[in-house]
Amino acid sequence: MNLRISRRAALLGLGALPLSAPAYAQGAPIKVGVLHSLSGTMAISETALRDTVLMMVESQNSQGGIGGRRLEAVVVDPASNWPLFAEKARELLQVHRVDVSFGCWTSVSRKSVLPVYEELNGLLFYPVQYEGEEESRNIFYTGAAPNQQAIPAVEYLMGPDGGEAKRIVLLGTDYVYPRTTNRILRGFLNSKGITNADIMEEYTPFGHSDWQGIVARVKRFAGEGKKTAIVSTINGDANVPFYRELGNQGIKAEDIPCVAFSVGEEELAGIDTRPLVGHLAAWNYFMSVDSPANRDFVQLWRNYIKNPRRVTNDPMEATLIGFKMWAQAVATAGTTSVDAVRTAMIGQKVAAPSGYESEMKANHHLTKPVMIGEIQADGQFSIVSKTPTAIAAENWSPFIPENANRRRG
Amino acid sequence: MPASLASGDPHGTSSLIRWFLLLLLLAALPARGQDFDSLVPGLAGGFTQQAEAVERLGALGDPRALPLLRALSESRLLRAEGGVRVAPDGPAPSGPEVIRINNRVRVALRGALGRLQLVSPDPAERLAAADGLLRARSAEDIPLLEAALAREAVPRIRAHMELALGAARLGSPDPAVRRAGIAALGGTASPEARAVLLAARGTDEALSADVNAAVAAIDRRLSLRRAAETAFQGLSLGSVLLLAALGLAVTFGVMGVINMAHGEFVMIGAYTTVVVQEALRASPTLAPWSLPLAIPAAFLVTAAIGAAMERGLIRHLYGRPLETLLLTFGVGMVLQQVVRLVFGAQNREVISPPWMQGTLTLPFDITVTQNRAWIILFALAVLAATFAAIRLTRFGLEMRAVVQNRRIAATMGIRTGRVDALTFAFGSGIAGLAGVALSQIDNVSPNLGTSYIIDSFMVVVFGGVGSLLGTLIGAFTLGVVNKLLEPWAGAVLAKVAVLVGIMLFIQRRPKGLFALKGRAAES
Amino acid sequence: MRRLVLPGIVALLALLPLLNLLPEGSPFRVSDFVVSVAGKWLCYAILALALDLAWGYAGILSLGHGAFFALGGYAIGMHLMRLIGPRGVYGHPVLPDFMVFLGYQELPWFWWGFGNFPFALLMALLVPGLLAFVVGYLAFRSRITGVYLSIITQAMTYALMLAFFRNDMGFGGNNGFTDFKELLGMPLNTPFARFVLYFAALVALVGCFLVSAAMTRTKFGRVLAAIRDGESRVRFLGYDTLRHKLFIFVLSAMMAGLAGALYVPIVGIINPGEFSPANSIEAVVWVAFGGRGTLVGAVLGAFSVNALKTWLTSFAPDLWLIVLGILFIAVPLLMPRGLIGMLRR
Repeated sequence: MNLRISRRAALLGLGALPLSAPAYAQGAPIKVGVLHSLSGTMAISETALRDTVLMMVESQNSQGGIGGRRLEAVVVDPASNWPLFAEKARELLQVHRVDVSFGCWTSVSRKSVLPVYEELNGLLFYPVQYEGEEESRNIFYTGAAPNQQAIPAVEYLMGPDGGEAKRIVLLGTDYVYPRTTNRILRGFLNSKGITNADIMEEYTPFGHSDWQGIVARVKRFAGEGKKTAIVSTINGDANVPFYRELGNQGIKAEDIPCVAFSVGEEELAGIDTRPLVGHLAAWNYFMSVDSPANRDFVQLWRNYIKNPRRVTNDPMEATLIGFKMWAQAVATAGTTSVDAVRTAMIGQKVAAPSGYESEMKANHHLTKPVMIGEIQADGQFSIVSKTPTAIAAENWSPFIPENANRRRG
Repeated sequence: MPASLASGDPHGTSSLIRWFLLLLLLAALPARGQDFDSLVPGLAGGFTQQAEAVERLGALGDPRALPLLRALSESRLLRAEGGVRVAPDGPAPSGPEVIRINNRVRVALRGALGRLQLVSPDPAERLAAADGLLRARSAEDIPLLEAALAREAVPRIRAHMELALGAARLGSPDPAVRRAGIAALGGTASPEARAVLLAARGTDEALSADVNAAVAAIDRRLSLRRAAETAFQGLSLGSVLLLAALGLAVTFGVMGVINMAHGEFVMIGAYTTVVVQEALRASPTLAPWSLPLAIPAAFLVTAAIGAAMERGLIRHLYGRPLETLLLTFGVGMVLQQVVRLVFGAQNREVISPPWMQGTLTLPFDITVTQNRAWIILFALAVLAATFAAIRLTRFGLEMRAVVQNRRIAATMGIRTGRVDALTFAFGSGIAGLAGVALSQIDNVSPNLGTSYIIDSFMVVVFGGVGSLLGTLIGAFTLGVVNKLLEPWAGAVLAKVAVLVGIMLFIQRRPKGLFALKGRAAES
Repeated sequence: MRRLVLPGIVALLALLPLLNLLPEGSPFRVSDFVVSVAGKWLCYAILALALDLAWGYAGILSLGHGAFFALGGYAIGMHLMRLIGPRGVYGHPVLPDFMVFLGYQELPWFWWGFGNFPFALLMALLVPGLLAFVVGYLAFRSRITGVYLSIITQAMTYALMLAFFRNDMGFGGNNGFTDFKELLGMPLNTPFARFVLYFAALVALVGCFLVSAAMTRTKFGRVLAAIRDGESRVRFLGYDTLRHKLFIFVLSAMMAGLAGALYVPIVGIINPGEFSPANSIEAVVWVAFGGRGTLVGAVLGAFSVNALKTWLTSFAPDLWLIVLGILFIAVPLLMPRGLIGMLRR
């Protein structure tokens, strides 16, 4: 009878799944889950992060692992499908029993897995700049909060080096990160005396490829006699056609500079950047940073990926920082137990490739420097401004009034 | 104007006159008590210092500054012992000794280069100089511009210089001069002039009525131009839809095969472009022609895949359109993932030849982007070729015969299987051509095709299945309607409205705009 | 023997979560993960059943059934959002977080009533049903059939996807709804809740199955099959084909809505991605794989393809699309009657 059932189960495909995983003995490998999309729309951004984690695992193992235990990566493909993210997170935690996961790019994927990590008390490192308004005890956020990216960038545009912009175009993809960032920026701009009449805000769908009309409208908006700048929170794929249109319609950085928060070295790899020289991006790291840690990072990456032309970018650096901090915390705690590692994480410091020291604060966010880079003809960024020190994250922005009523967790 | 200067050949003018003009420039500017040599080291300083040095060098009018400033703007100026030096010709220099600049320095450079190049023998430089001075709007440039204008013969450059002169006059302390400037700018149809006027309005209360009148005059002239530009945007979107849909118009419209992998064929066409460009990158003679050379390559590659797919798979499912749909969906998945594994998930860089970059100015100052103008022409050419292939060739005749009555065609000696394979290959090849064009405006990534597949089906169904004319009119109608709706509905709602409109339209006319009549329409 | 297949499958499905209660380490223990994933598959099976009813029995190949599924999911999602109440991040007593955030002052009218569970459940059935009625009426009246109908339904789900992605729609935009707290007083995100939801989905599946099976055996069902095989002829015989097709299409859409309503509390998220045309096509593939026109086949197809997908996305994360794609190519070529057809032979 039992035998028959298990055969039926095999027919249904259940037999393919391990029914239960044995508890590992001391000295068994430490399992590192990798939850990045390898297919679908987000694969373009997330595959590089998968490779970064695998690179870090390999590099850690070549140094003897952590506390004598080897690291083992478990890669799954959530396929840019948000419910599948939740399913795969559960699988990583319950079937593969991973000790830590690195994953997610979009906010919606993070929001999809958050209840799973909280229910099963897992540990997730999220490496992408995001809108803030969140703080989970099971997630460490190693990307920037809005105050570590957006506000300094707009301050730069309004300063003498950025062209003293008096009129701002907020262009974004219609999802929560641009909406939140632009809301924060609007509050900030209003506080600096820029009225809503001098702010244009427009949203486009994911993967928007026909920018003719919007770029023409931006040109018209800029033709009202005040120095105008574009703040772009356009996501992923839509950037290439946007920049092409910008270049072809002759919008020069001297006239209407465009600062982007989601465009890094990877995105620029798909375009001829000569017409875009001088447009800007704000990040916490650029590949062109001149620091010993960055030289090591770029070398490690190119050796691992076996391609001397591949670039590094900010979310990759954030993954690296997160990984190193986690490894340090496990070493400090002497165990991979989530509660112990979580406690040990706070206050960990890493000499980041950005050339600054990043520290994990009690709000599960990092201190990070803010850098403004100008696009160069070779697809790299020339850093034209950076903060003197790494600044702490305000994941609950003071420019969002509702945060005053926030429930304190 | 002296006759000798109106000859239209700036190279003929003696360098004496250029020196004279530079002297004039020097005389027109107040002496700054700073000489060239003390300013040059500033070019290697911090951004603020650089901008200041550039501005002063421009004002100084020393011709020795010109090569330095030009090199600075092109990232060819290097730090050197006790100053700077210009990098030798050749590949772009790199390394820490290259002096980097920021936007503030670029703005200063544009003004300074404008002053120094206004008398350049190169028309392109004179044009750029006039544009640079337009944005600088400094009254100090008035005599310089007047002098340059007096000897300029090229009408286009003259127009730009007049604009710059008008703008410079707005900065004059004399209200009469300012008024003359407003009048000059108000007589144009230039958005730049409009912007300059509006900027001046804020600083000059007394003349705001004149400014308003001038702006209104410009707006009247611009309205026609803007309508034309919106129409162009619609045509451009329409041409993209046309290219994406044409292949389907053959495979789906003529053969009735629902090819869900059509988008992947488009994507493979784009990747073929990348491969051709990379293969030719090293060859100096062929590299500039890599894009035109990619056209036949993309056609052949996708046509070959299409033929293999038809012979190997689709052939077994004729008469079962819905099963074909599933099968081709599977093929699409496989193709997409294979490309992702071979080429990587990241975007691939496509080089745009110079003639595909920047804008093109048509009569009435209507500006259109070059790449999109080319794509419109390309789409029409592909349509014409498709039409000719179907109407004028032996293959086309056989194809039509097989579509109309397979059995009779077979009895007439037509090898129907071969015709099926060729037709499908032909439609797939056209999808590859679309990929070449799309590589110039969209990402080249494995997901390229997915965003076009639904639109393509919509165009074919809307236009009328089996009608090339319907596909043409359908594509351009949808493109233009979409662009007309976009400014007030936003990009998303415009698209949703178009989709709902098509659904309602099809329910009124189930066979589309141009329905096939007769027996073939029944199936 | 064949009469035992069905009760056997049901018994097996009912037993599955009970095996989860076995002590850890027992060879027959089914992990928590499998229980939660299997609950999701049950919902997919209902969707496949709904699609099979329209496609397999009436010849209406909808490439937009994912839209009905998603609308049902959104209706329950709205209820779940209302139940969060003041437990949201911003602590607003009525408005969900995303509305507080976008500066809504009060609940939009189309959110009224969703605090009530029976109303939300009713809407999960009625909204997809109404959409199917309108689209179906317009399409069937103009005698749009076959491929054209497929393309129109695909455009429908695509347009809905674009619309729901807009944050201004009032449905949470790209993020959709997540972080649900409870349903009918039962806290979600607990093994017990997954248990209950699993059995709710199982009961719904069995119910839908019995309704479908009964329907296909009646005269009505035979007329439908006749329409599928020769619509004009049935019309000439004096049957009102419009009414028959419309009825089955609306019923099928409501079933899909029910599937979506069960799916959302199980997976804990609903967002516009569910409207994506690829999802609808995938559902068609389940039915084709299992065997079109056999209700058991649809259920079997949904289970086997999804089990394969769950396994492959972990086992071969780089190659699973290729394996699945080859499967989709092979099914119409090599097993036109699907899994069931193969098993029966």
